[in-house]
Amino acid sequence: MKKLVLSDIHEQLGAKMVDFAGYYMPIQYDGVKIEHNTVRNSVGVFDVSHMGEVFVEGEKALDFLQYICSNDVSKLKIGDVQYSYFPNNDGGIVDDFLLYMVDVNKYLLVINASNIDKDLKWINSNNKYNCEINNQSDNYSLLAVQGPKSIELLQQLTKEKLSEIKYYNFKKVHIAGIEDVLISRTGYTGELGFELYVRNEDVESLWKSIFNTEIEIKPIGLAARDTLRLEKGYCLYGNDINERTSPIEAGLGWVTKFNKNFINCDNLKDQKNGNTVNKLVGIELIDRGVARKDYDIIDEQNNIIGIVTSGTMSPTLSKAIALGYIKKEFSKIETIIYIKVRNKNIKAKITKLPFV
Amino acid sequence: MNFPNELKYSKDHEWIKIDGDVATVGITEFAQTELGDIVFVDVDTEGEVLEKEEVFGSVEAVKTVSDLFMPVTGEVLEFNHNLDETPELINTDPYGAGWIIKVSISEINEINDLLDSKEYKELID
Repeated sequence: MKKLVLSDIHEQLGAKMVDFAGYYMPIQYDGVKIEHNTVRNSVGVFDVSHMGEVFVEGEKALDFLQYICSNDVSKLKIGDVQYSYFPNNDGGIVDDFLLYMVDVNKYLLVINASNIDKDLKWINSNNKYNCEINNQSDNYSLLAVQGPKSIELLQQLTKEKLSEIKYYNFKKVHIAGIEDVLISRTGYTGELGFELYVRNEDVESLWKSIFNTEIEIKPIGLAARDTLRLEKGYCLYGNDINERTSPIEAGLGWVTKFNKNFINCDNLKDQKNGNTVNKLVGIELIDRGVARKDYDIIDEQNNIIGIVTSGTMSPTLSKAIALGYIKKEFSKIETIIYIKVRNKNIKAKITKLPFV
Repeated sequence: MNFPNELKYSKDHEWIKIDGDVATVGITEFAQTELGDIVFVDVDTEGEVLEKEEVFGSVEAVKTVSDLFMPVTGEVLEFNHNLDETPELINTDPYGAGWIIKVSISEINEINDLLDSKEYKELID
């Protein structure tokens, strides 16, 4: 198992540590609910240094990325970030990620920790464009500062005007006495927030500075990261999307652009034109209970009509919520469905996303 | 962590308070810490007679669900319905307001199989 640079600090803060995607990670400090509410109402910091950072550089970098990514990379200017995914050859998804345009002919991919090795293989096997692929995952740490007070807190650590960094933009800044920190107005919580990419040797100093401003901040674990993203209906790779799920059924049509040629685009175009069976939907439980990943979704006659891919009790709504794939004819908002929770059928309904 | 001496414990991390032939059952401080924030307690076996180690319900934490096992054979007399609205009582007061069920004990000898607080501490160390 790989250790984060800050793992001793997390343990000293009382974190419960778990193995996540091969990394020894803090799942919870004070409790999921309190951490969740801290991010929604104030500000919290996540150590998500397990995420992978891979640079793609070369004269044909744009052509290469256009070929392997679903989104239109030509839209990016230096300093822009784009959400995208790698389609596989069979209608599924290799990974979803953020793509940063660092410079002309130079891009940064921020990929899921569980997929780093797989993605590198995929990228290299499709690299007919002589791009240089540089995996920096073990050299960079990533802190996500998220919540309505995030900008006020971080502003105390830098002269750079953070309010000028727009949503899905980034900049290299001098912050907390550290040079060349890549600060990006992105996140996985649906709140105002920033993600800070910093060299491993500087992360401890950055972490300490973040806890040393006049604004109170709490460390937030992976469990609250999951409830926060689920309330916003964001897909999690490995749960809601994977090598076998259709990106179109998953609702990723908006980052699938057909004005260019890319891997499996004909198949995906056919799907986008309506040739799909299922749809990823939001589900709210009406009866008491909690829906979990892999529970069956059934109709009144007990026929299986779908499957839950993520589920939790929403701390904001105090209601059980879930994401799941369901046959399209049942996907209309307010349709009554049932979730098989062990030996019981729990009444639920299709709900619009995001939940919060 | 606190494991009161006057209680008995099961290997499934439940505590049992015996009062004549009625047992009050909850989960231990250790169990609630391991589970994290409890969000839902599901017990629909009120009035049923269940064997020792049968499932009488489940507790849902944010990330996990765990079955609850009968520590002794008997009838489930009562479920703590305060947990319907405030399941977090199990986190804040596991040995008090966070009790889960009351059971009428059918086989009083089974009590001898339960652990005392010292034995339970050794189990989780």
